[in-house]
Order: sequence, then C-alpha cells, then structure tokens
Amino acid sequence: MRMDAWPKDGGHPGSDLALMREQLLDAFDVSYGMMMPLLGRGGDERNVEFGAALCSAANDWEAQVWCDAEPRLKAAIQVTTEYTEAAIKEIEKRAGDRRFTHVMIPPRGLEPLGRRRYWPILEAAAANGFPIALHLGGTSGHPSTGGGWPSFYHEEHPSYPQSKEALVTSLVVEGVFEHIPNLRVALVEGGFAWLPSLCWRLDKHYKRLREEVPHLKMLPSEYVRRNIWVTTQPIEEPERPDDLLATCEWIGWDRIMFSTDYPHWDQDDPRYAFKVRVPEREKQMLFRDNALAFYTLG
Amino acid sequence: MSVPASGAIDCDVHPALPNTQVLLPYFDAYWKEHVQMRGLDRDNYNAAAFPVNAPINGRPDWRPEKGVPGSDFAMLQSQALDGFQNRFAICNVLHGAQAILSEDLSAAFCRAINDWIAAEWLARDPRLRASIVVPMHSPELAAKEIERCAADPRFVQVLVWEMQELPLGRRQHWPIYRAATDHDLPIGVHAGSSYRHPPTNLGWPSYYLEDYVSWSTGFAGVLNSLISEGVFVEFPRLKVVLMESGVTWLPAWMWRANKTWRGVRAEVPWLDKSPADYAREHVRLTIQPFDAPPEQGQLQRIIEEIDCDDMLLFATDYPHWHFDGTDALPDGLPDALVRKILVDNAMKTYPRLS
Repeated sequence: MRMDAWPKDGGHPGSDLALMREQLLDAFDVSYGMMMPLLGRGGDERNVEFGAALCSAANDWEAQVWCDAEPRLKAAIQVTTEYTEAAIKEIEKRAGDRRFTHVMIPPRGLEPLGRRRYWPILEAAAANGFPIALHLGGTSGHPSTGGGWPSFYHEEHPSYPQSKEALVTSLVVEGVFEHIPNLRVALVEGGFAWLPSLCWRLDKHYKRLREEVPHLKMLPSEYVRRNIWVTTQPIEEPERPDDLLATCEWIGWDRIMFSTDYPHWDQDDPRYAFKVRVPEREKQMLFRDNALAFYTLG
Repeated sequence: MSVPASGAIDCDVHPALPNTQVLLPYFDAYWKEHVQMRGLDRDNYNAAAFPVNAPINGRPDWRPEKGVPGSDFAMLQSQALDGFQNRFAICNVLHGAQAILSEDLSAAFCRAINDWIAAEWLARDPRLRASIVVPMHSPELAAKEIERCAADPRFVQVLVWEMQELPLGRRQHWPIYRAATDHDLPIGVHAGSSYRHPPTNLGWPSYYLEDYVSWSTGFAGVLNSLISEGVFVEFPRLKVVLMESGVTWLPAWMWRANKTWRGVRAEVPWLDKSPADYAREHVRLTIQPFDAPPEQGQLQRIIEEIDCDDMLLFATDYPHWHFDGTDALPDGLPDALVRKILVDNAMKTYPRLS
C-alpha cells in the first residue's frame, strides 16, 4: 500500500472516498475510475451459496456507497465462477444499471478460465453488453509459479505477467473467442510488454499443433487482437525508453488502457509512468478513448 | 536462414531411450532385480512433457521407421551431426527418471542413463557430448552423481527440468550448484515439468499447445527464483542455460524484473545489480524454437533490447520439429552475432568443450 493512502480514521487504504478524491480523482482530473474491489472476495469462497451472497452484497455496496456518492466511479459486477446460475443471475440483475460497467472475475479459480464449464458465465457477460475485467487474484490453491511457491515478493511480483500469459493462452486455445466472438476482455495489473512475444509464440506452436485444436479458425494472435485489451499498470520500463512505443505499436494502441492501481504501493502516476513521450493522438486513445469505448461510457 | 558455416556447436539434441530395457546392463545387481521384479523395465517412462507422437516432438523426416524419434544413432549422426556439419552436439536425454518420486530409484535411473549415454552414444562419435541427468529433488544424490560423472570430460553440463517441486533457486538446491561450479559444468535448464504442480498458477490446461506455450513462463519463473535467492551471488562463476523455449520473451521479462527490483530490492539486499544484468552475465538461451516475430524489424529490435551478444546459443533441438527444412537460424541476424551464436558463445559457456 501507499503509506500516505492509509486514512486517518484507521480504515483500509481505498476505503475513504474523500481521500480517494483528493489523491486520485481530483488530483489527476479523472473522468471515470473503474473500481476493482479486492476485499470481500465472494469469488474465492468454496461455500458457493455464501460466495454468491457476498458478491451480490458487495455489488450493492459498490453501487450505493460509492457510485451514488461519486458518479465518476464505476462498479464491477463481482461473481463467483463456481456457481454458474448465481453468477448469471447476478450479471442479469445488473444489466441496464449504468453504475455497473464490467464483470470482475478472479482468474485463479479452480480451473483455468478458458475451460468450458465457465463459458455460460462469459456468455452472459457478452450477451448483456458487459466486458470482463480480469485482475490478479483467486485461490486456485496451486503455487503461483509452475515451478513451485516463490520465497520472495521480489520473485512473486514479476510473476504476475506469467499468470496473465497463462490466462490469455487458456482463453484463446480453449476456443472462448471462437465460441463468443463478441466477448471483450481486459487484463488488469499485469503490465503488457509480454503480449507481443506471447502472440508470436502461440502462433508459432499453433502451426505445428493445430490438429489438436481444430475449433480454432484463426491464428491465436488474431483472437488476441480482436478480443483482448490490456491495462498499463505496472507499466514496463524498458532500458531504452523508446522501446515502449514499439511494444505499444505491436499490441495496437487501440487495445491499451491506462490504469493507476491506486492505492497500492506500485501505483502508476499518470504524470510520470511513461518514461517516453507518447504522441498526442495515442495519448488520447490510451488515457481516454479506448476505455470509453471498452466500457461503453461514450 | 540455414547455418552458414561448418563447425557449429549444437547445444541441444535429444537422443531418446528406445525402451527401458536398454538400461538393464547399467543398473547394479540390486536395482536391476528391483526394476525387473516390479516390471518397471516394461514401462517407457517417457517424459510427459514430450509426448512421443506430438507432431512438435518429431519432425516427419527425422522420425525413424521404428521406435521413438531420436532413438536411432545412425539417423542422429547423419542428420544432426553430418547434416549441420557440427563440431560438437550436446546430448540432453529427456526422460521421466528425473521425476520419479523415490529419490533412490530416481538416482539409480539417472546413473544408468548417464552410463548408457556414455557407452552407447558418446563412445560412437567423438563429436558428441552429454549433460548429466540428476535427481534434482535429492540434492545430495544429485551432487554425488555430478561428482561421479565429472571424471569423464565428455559430460559438459548438468541437466534439470525448469519446473520441479521447488523453484530452482531455493537454497536446498545449492549443493548441486556447488558441485557443478566445482567442475566447470553449467546448469542446463530444459523446458518441461516434472508436474508436481500445474505448469501455470491457473491450474491444469486442457491442451498440449497450452502446456508447450507455458514453458517460456516457467523460464521467467526460473530466472526470478535464481536471481532473487542469490544463486549468482553465491556462485559467481555459475552459468545457466535455458533450453527450448524461445528468446523473444526476454526483454519484457528484463523490464519488469528490473522495475520490481528497484521497488523492493530491500528484500533481497544481496543483489548488487539489476536482474537484467545478472541474466546477461549468467544466463544463456538456446535459440530453438525461435519465437520469431513476423517482421524483420521486430527481430532486430528484440536483439538490441537483449543488448548482449553473449547470451544466445545455437541448437537444432533434434529431432523436435521447430523449423522447416534446414533453416535452423532465424533470418535477419547480423553476421558477427551469427558467428558468436554458432561457436564462440558455446565455447565460453561450456569450458569443458575446450
């Protein structure tokens, strides 16, 4: 956490609207802040009835306590992926309520998110016009790397992109985007510079192993380009700052959305996050236009 | 592009055991009886990470008429050694032995494989070298096996899987790294898993394609672990070779790891330079399968971003199927770098080749 984000009343960072306005919304003239609440964790509950109730209560709380008091904030629809009917019901319940802009799923569920058992939930999101926002999180019980549990935060923190890579791989290879072509997915808090290399790798090996996945009708990179968006934080800092621009080109400027991660310690400050001068047109896309379109806020 | 010169060093070829019975002469009396009595010699112990019939694991023209790809000595000799006119080729036997849960049985299999490769492959062609296979989950027995094999100069490396029970940097493993550096042996970390855990933190994937693609993320985890734990501080001469998972993921890993290090380096105060610089000094990567980007300019930029001519090593990954024809090198590499990739970098990485 940012040390100065602890409210004076002893609450948790991110729990005080006045402080959030001061440190984030007003400080940076934010038009919209997309909420990704990480506490409550209904999606992580093994008791799925309780999990669904927690999610629904948390969604009411987001809408009534936060959005109604501060219309710049937009709410996430939290769902539990282990209770399909409840998740669909929750998505349908929030459809049409403009305070809600995205469905939030903790990606480390019991199985990789691309598995077919989760498709009805993803379908419900797409059918109701909601994109899916995938932050880090979840309680799969599996070690946070394929080689076992890391010892240090210094080791864990740079492993987040690997989790995102696995997520993209699962969604694409399982055929989610072939089955639900209009599903829009945002990857949150994983950075993005790893995405071009992953696409090259997926395409290369798809060409050898395509008979295993006949349900795919396009190159993996083409699904990524059509269905996946990335958020910037924690933005990679290349040793040669210009390299970031090339990376953004390779991903597509229209697929990248700015994020701060307020109030975490590794928050990106919009004034300093980019160590390279981003051209004006691309800046507009990245800081505003892409997100307006993605979350249908226009 | 094809390999422009003879005398290259192929850092990753895969001779395969045709079956487990070929190992019987290399077990001692106790283990021979044990293996036969339990019928283990009837099992093939193929490494699950490399299913024999997966198209990627055997190029059509490199598959023998009978048996598993890589099991035919004459084919390997004519295709991998004569075909590419290599000076040396380093044999990496990918076998389930390293994943057998019993430390003793795993060590017995590893000893047998090392003796088998020496007697039946290295002895038949002076261009062949090999990696020592070890039971990584038993550091004491692994170090002992390194000591035993190191007497034979044709063993030039220690071979381990990238994903095992514990991250590779964990200090339990350090006796292995001590034995390796004592004998000028780099640690060759090969793609693949002993599947103690799912290959990703999301859980078990459904398709082999997902599994295969995930191995570059396993390598990123290996680097995070080795560097964070301080392996390269404790063993300043140690070199680690990452085999068979491409190289284009490296720049983004460097940028992210460096950023994290700047933020939380108080947690790992033994590190006195950035993760990227540790990697440049200690880590080498074989270039097959090269995850080449579609455009020339992108490849050149990736090479510039890696910013170290010493890191890349030539490999065919024989008999696996990663390139078409004999185009074992990606197009667009500068000539000076090609020379280093083919020969110089390997000679520096593997002191026992000289």
